[in-house]
Amino acid sequence: MAADKVIYAMYDDDDVLKNGAKKLVSKGVKINEVFSPFPIHGIDPIIGVKNTRLGIMAFIYGLIGLTLATVGMRYFMIEDWPMNIGGKPNGTYLENMLAFIPITFEFTVLCAAHGMAITYLIVNKTLPGMPAQNPDPRTTDDKFVMELRMSENDGFSSSELETMLKDTGVIELDQKEI
Amino acid sequence: MHKEAAIREPLILGHKTYHDITEDVCRPIEDKAPRTWYILFAIALIIGLYGVGCILYLLGTGVGVWGLNKTIGWAWDITNFVWWVGIGHAGTLISAVLLLFRQKWRMAINRSAEAMTIFAVFMAGLFPLIHMGRLWLGYWVLPLPNQFGSLWVNFNSPLLWDVFAISTYLSVSLVFWYIGLIPDFATIRDRAKKPIPKKMYSILSFGWSGRAKHWNRFETVSLVLAGLATPLVFSVHSIVSFDFATSVIPGWHTTIFPPYFVAGAVFSGFAMVQTLLLIMRKAMGLEAYIHTKHVEYMNIVIMVTGSIVGTAYITELFISWYSGVEYEGYAFFNRATGPYWWAYWSMMTCNVISPQLMWFKKLRTSLLFTFIISIVVNIGMWFERYVIIVTSIHRDYLPSSWSMHFPSHIDIGVYVGTIGLFFVFFLLFARFFPVLALNEVKTILKSSGESYKNAPDEHHDAPDPVAHKVVSSADEQPVVEAPKAEAKKELTAEEAAAKTSALMSKLGEGSAENKDDLKAISGVGPVLEGKLNEIGIYTYEQVSKMTKEEYDLLDELTGSFPGRAERDDWAGQAKELMNKSNS
Repeated sequence: MAADKVIYAMYDDDDVLKNGAKKLVSKGVKINEVFSPFPIHGIDPIIGVKNTRLGIMAFIYGLIGLTLATVGMRYFMIEDWPMNIGGKPNGTYLENMLAFIPITFEFTVLCAAHGMAITYLIVNKTLPGMPAQNPDPRTTDDKFVMELRMSENDGFSSSELETMLKDTGVIELDQKEI
Repeated sequence: MHKEAAIREPLILGHKTYHDITEDVCRPIEDKAPRTWYILFAIALIIGLYGVGCILYLLGTGVGVWGLNKTIGWAWDITNFVWWVGIGHAGTLISAVLLLFRQKWRMAINRSAEAMTIFAVFMAGLFPLIHMGRLWLGYWVLPLPNQFGSLWVNFNSPLLWDVFAISTYLSVSLVFWYIGLIPDFATIRDRAKKPIPKKMYSILSFGWSGRAKHWNRFETVSLVLAGLATPLVFSVHSIVSFDFATSVIPGWHTTIFPPYFVAGAVFSGFAMVQTLLLIMRKAMGLEAYIHTKHVEYMNIVIMVTGSIVGTAYITELFISWYSGVEYEGYAFFNRATGPYWWAYWSMMTCNVISPQLMWFKKLRTSLLFTFIISIVVNIGMWFERYVIIVTSIHRDYLPSSWSMHFPSHIDIGVYVGTIGLFFVFFLLFARFFPVLALNEVKTILKSSGESYKNAPDEHHDAPDPVAHKVVSSADEQPVVEAPKAEAKKELTAEEAAAKTSALMSKLGEGSAENKDDLKAISGVGPVLEGKLNEIGIYTYEQVSKMTKEEYDLLDELTGSFPGRAERDDWAGQAKELMNKSNS
């Protein structure tokens, strides 16, 4: 990929950044990324971040857990080794299902929670030992950084972008070649 | 944005900024631990090691070293198991149930409450494991193919349900807790100066960068995990109660057990949270975040769950008589008037009467009273389990086998040891982990922070916390106006040179070789650092010499953000940084 120029605009308030982003986007500027120390509510639709589908994934993982638990217990308790407790043999799965509900539930939750957590870490690319990618260490403290890529903003020159950014209450501007 | 009624007491007291929150939470981690921490840690460690010694002796000798006998096959260990699991419930309740109910006050306490949950469940899990006798065969509780043909574990048994419930509960709580910790570890990582902590926290933070998309996922994951953890926490203690309720022992065989156990668990868990947090907030200076209002809210939960428990006790008594089953009736009569009457009445006093005192506002907002009650409640809840377990089985259907349970010193040693180990873990947590959910607390600063709440309405949109601080110098300006001032004038080359030399003569020459990391000064970024270096300012020492005059010169030279250097007190910061790097 050809060298790209990135503009980092730093703000010290989340609402100032949000209003600034709204202004920029309305002028046709594409904001590539926002780094913040905490979730800024309402920023996602402005900069075009789609809502995550992790919730759906959790549901699917839960269904997998439910199926595994059902199939497993049917095999262990009904087919492979039917228990005869007090003269009452295990007949069919349905007749015995009541006793299997607690473990079915626990296993469903186990699979849904861990499946989703693992997926979350992988899609985020946040895994042990990964390098930090925030442009400035203060973005995990009290600063908010907006990242603009020149390649995505063909219609503007970098000085035009900087002038526009300065109108939004930015406190620091930085440029980098990547 | 989330709005909150103006009459509601703010959740964050004082005039905090985002940076103040980071400072307040990270400082105890970055500074040296106070002496009291070492003393407490040593005490907890000694007690914990004594417990480990007792466990090793138990494993080497056999379960016979406990005070069990033919009639009483379950007593002390299972009491401790239920007690610890119960304590664990508050953490999940705070972080999951209160998240679903959008209770913002949870944010100050959920991190430490959940740490408590995890450590308490560790301690709980220890008891069934050591009760197995042969600990190394513990994996037999899992449904694994084995050499005994197709014999599987019994999925009809509540004891196996327990295995699944407790292990799911522990691992899901751990994941929930850790996912919340990742962004906060990133904050510590980015502040860390020394190489080893920096390395440690960068591994722990998994490379978290705070991208918008990641935060979007973070919020969904938190919400879904909370949704999963909520029924989970109710199921866990229900299943623990099934261990008893599905048996046919008078006093155990009751359908009221699941709700009654869950309420009791939350009751004792909140009491333990109070005990821990009342000390922690003082020791770590977090009074602005965990204050009387939080304590009062928790006391209300204690009052409600305590009342549920009290109602359950009385219902149980009534039903034992109303059922007409004489064995059932005797079990309860024996509890109240038999040889364990003192345990029964301790439980009644601690669990039924003490939470009712919380109806008085004066009492539930008193920190000392809360602290005392929190300990009383936990003693009461321990007795509750002991009463349910021991008094129900020590006199069975056959009077010739009636017996008494007396704990051996190993019993007591193991129990006290788990308390020691619990505090070892909790003290380590308080020392190395962010005890407040930084990223969550920051999200409520504007809606529930004192300085924002009391500000007029228009300040909600473009708040400027600085304006609320005492403004001493007239030329201080809000940040938002800064760029306009910048465009005002351009310096000619000669003027700039003259000013540079005037500035440098006061600050002394610095060189690029022994330059300090000026970015460490709050308010200096990479761009500004470059500008400072251009002028010839490289070291903290130079910055520390700056006064108002130099700040003005500098502002004219750099042409950016007038007043900023003075407001952030660069000189003072540089002095501190110098002292730090020298020591």
